[in-house]
Formats: sequence, structure tokens, C-alpha cells
Amino acid sequence: MATDPSHLHPSDHEPGEHGSPLTETQLRVRALESLLVEKGLVDPAALDALIDTYQNKIGPRNGAKVVARAWVDAAYKRRLLEDASSAIAEFGFVGRQGEDMLVVENNPKVHNLVVCTLCSCYPWPVLGLPPVWYKSSAYRSRAVIDPRGLLKELGTPIPEDVEVRVWDSTAELRYLVLPERPPGSEGWSEERLARLVTRDAMIGVAKVRVPEEGSP
Amino acid sequence: MNGVHDMGGMHGFGPVEIEQNEPIFHARWEERTFALTLAAAALGRWNLDMSRHAREQMPPTEYLRATYYERWLWGLRKLLVERGLASEGELRTGRAESEAGAARPLRVEDLPRLLQNRRGARVDDVVAPKFKAGDLVRARNLNPIGHTRLPRYARGRQGVIERDHGVFVFADANAMGMGKKPQHVYSVRFRARELWGPDAREGDSVFVDLWDDHLDPA
Repeated sequence: MATDPSHLHPSDHEPGEHGSPLTETQLRVRALESLLVEKGLVDPAALDALIDTYQNKIGPRNGAKVVARAWVDAAYKRRLLEDASSAIAEFGFVGRQGEDMLVVENNPKVHNLVVCTLCSCYPWPVLGLPPVWYKSSAYRSRAVIDPRGLLKELGTPIPEDVEVRVWDSTAELRYLVLPERPPGSEGWSEERLARLVTRDAMIGVAKVRVPEEGSP
Repeated sequence: MNGVHDMGGMHGFGPVEIEQNEPIFHARWEERTFALTLAAAALGRWNLDMSRHAREQMPPTEYLRATYYERWLWGLRKLLVERGLASEGELRTGRAESEAGAARPLRVEDLPRLLQNRRGARVDDVVAPKFKAGDLVRARNLNPIGHTRLPRYARGRQGVIERDHGVFVFADANAMGMGKKPQHVYSVRFRARELWGPDAREGDSVFVDLWDDHLDPA
């Protein structure tokens, strides 16, 4: 088996989510890759480039730039809410699992939350690959039936007079939450605002906050 | 299919635990499984809906025990065998016993086209919408043994068309090799109380993206 020694990565020894038999899984993946390479069905260089892309080039910093622009530029925000795919494409954030985007806006009366109950649909070009919790049975099962309980547990209690809207990504539309701009960020530059915006706020499980003086 | 993947509204899975500073992948084999899945799909022998359907067919006890990329691995192996690109024996040994036939593997230079393509499941077919924003609809009570994107919790429930997204490939048909069956997709707003009963808060809603073939006028 033509195994690339770089496959013997230390993180291969990390335990899985449920303590699953990783050794068998590792062997299966290695056998699969060797086989597909030998058959000429995959090119290992393309695999490396795919991994590098999603590990290093695409992630929630993209979405944060979109949100910060919407906070400082009313015309951009209008475009974003009317035609999110085009407005996001202005940054060059386009493509796979984000071809058809929708942006839903939080305001003092509405809180939005995004889920995919059937699998793991997520807006890759603006948020990257989804975190484990987003793909977990716990989140997928509960977000639609008990969003308020879930948000409270995650430290984002929603007041009684605020409406909760849950978006289940059952088709090929992908959702990004436009969080509320936090108090205390008045006059900040777009770049500085973008650094405040978190992945979790763009999924809807957190609010954006200005860190207190002195905190990191 | 009424599988365990259709999780919306189930109880008992415990708290949601957000890992701080989570890595994109937790192990090397996850990276390789992710990339192998994308690269093999680029061979064009199956579509994205078929990939999702393959993972859903993992037996329920295994599905619930498996980690995310173990499900991807399971689905990929299944599709490779079904399409005749690999045999069970080859998957076990990692050694080829037969030719795969002429195939052009995904190359590095193909990635921009693959990853930045702005055409997803939306199609240009001109299809008349059955509904418009504001229409009262009821999700059909369908229980196909094949793939469906109509979650169980919405079946038989009444909602309102919030927005017409335009014409898309119909995933339920496309996953089963029955063609694209292009039709409108809508954002359908269901009141939380319609879905979950009187304990849900009045005014809260769940929006589900559904196709014409999932809906009847209410």
C-alpha cells in the first residue's frame, strides 16, 4: 500500500466523538484512498488542496466581513436582505453550498436561528465547514421544537416579547443570520466590527457583544 | 424515508455542547474522508441528493453511534460499490482487483470550477408556481421509502407561503435517479403551535423550504 508518511499524523490518535473504534475507521479510510488512487479515480494532490481550502481559506471570517459591511453601509444591507447571493458575491464569497443564500436579520423584536434537521446543510462560502455541535443529534432534534430552551442553555436567553424564527435548511437555500450590532460599538471601523462577529452569532445561537475593558 | 436522520422534534439527545476553538477536522482520517467524498462525487456518477440519501440508509443503530465523517465514509463506500467503481473486497484490502474504466479524476486545477461554481440546484426551466406568498398550504402526508426533504414534523401541518425561492431540482426525485423534476421551492412558515401544540410559544415559527410536490392548498 503506497502510504504517504504524512498520513501518520499525530491527530490520528485522538478519540472520536463517542469513543468509536477509530483504528478500524482509520484503516478503512487509508484503504479507500489507496484503492481510489490506484484506480485513477482520485488524485491525492487534489485531496490535499481540498483540505487546505476548507481548513485555511474559507471560514467564518468571511461571513463576519459581510455582517460588518451591512452594519456600516445601509445600501449594502438593503442589497444583502433583498438578494443575499449577489451581495455576498461582491466579496467573492461564492460557490459550493452557498450558491443560493438568504440572510435573515435579527432585531429587537425578532431572533433567528438556523438548523438542518435532516443532515448538516450550512453556508460553506461564508462560514466554512460546520462545527460538530451543529451536526449533532442534540442540536438537529431540538432547535425546531425547543429553540428557547436551547438558546437559554447556550447563554442566549430570548425575552418573552421577542419572536423566535427557526430556519430549517431542507432545500438548497443556505441561511446566514445578520446579528444585531452591539451597543458600545458606535463609530467603530468595519474591520474592527468584523473582528467582533462570531460564527455562533451568524448561526443564531449567540449575540454579538463588545468585550469589556481589559478582557482579551 | 422515515429514518433516524429525520431528527427534528425528537427528545433525549442531551445538551448541545459547543467546543471552544474547535479544529476544522478532529483527525487526519476526517480530512481524507471529506476530500475523498468531494473528489469521488466530482466523477459525476452520483449527485448530491444521492450522497445524502446514501448516508440516510446507514442502519439506524449505526447511524446514531457514528460520528459525522463515519457517516460520510459509510455513504461513500456504499455509492462506490453500487456504481461498480469498487468492490467490497477491494475496499477491505485497499488493492485494486479490476480496472475502474476510463475516468478523469478531479485535479487541483479543477478546484476553482468545482468550488466556486455559482450554479447549484437552481435551474432555468420555466415552471409555473402552484403557490404565491401569503397562500395557505398544508404539507402533504407522505411517507416514501426513498429520499425526501419533507421532514416528518411538518407533514400534515398547515403553514403559509412566506416566499417563492424560484425553480429548483426536486431533491426527492433526483436522489432516486428519477430526473430533476424542476419545480418551485418555497419558504413555508409554520406556527410553532401548529407543529408542537399548546406548549409552544404563540408567535414563534419554524420556516421549512419545501417544493411544490410537498404541498397542497389548505
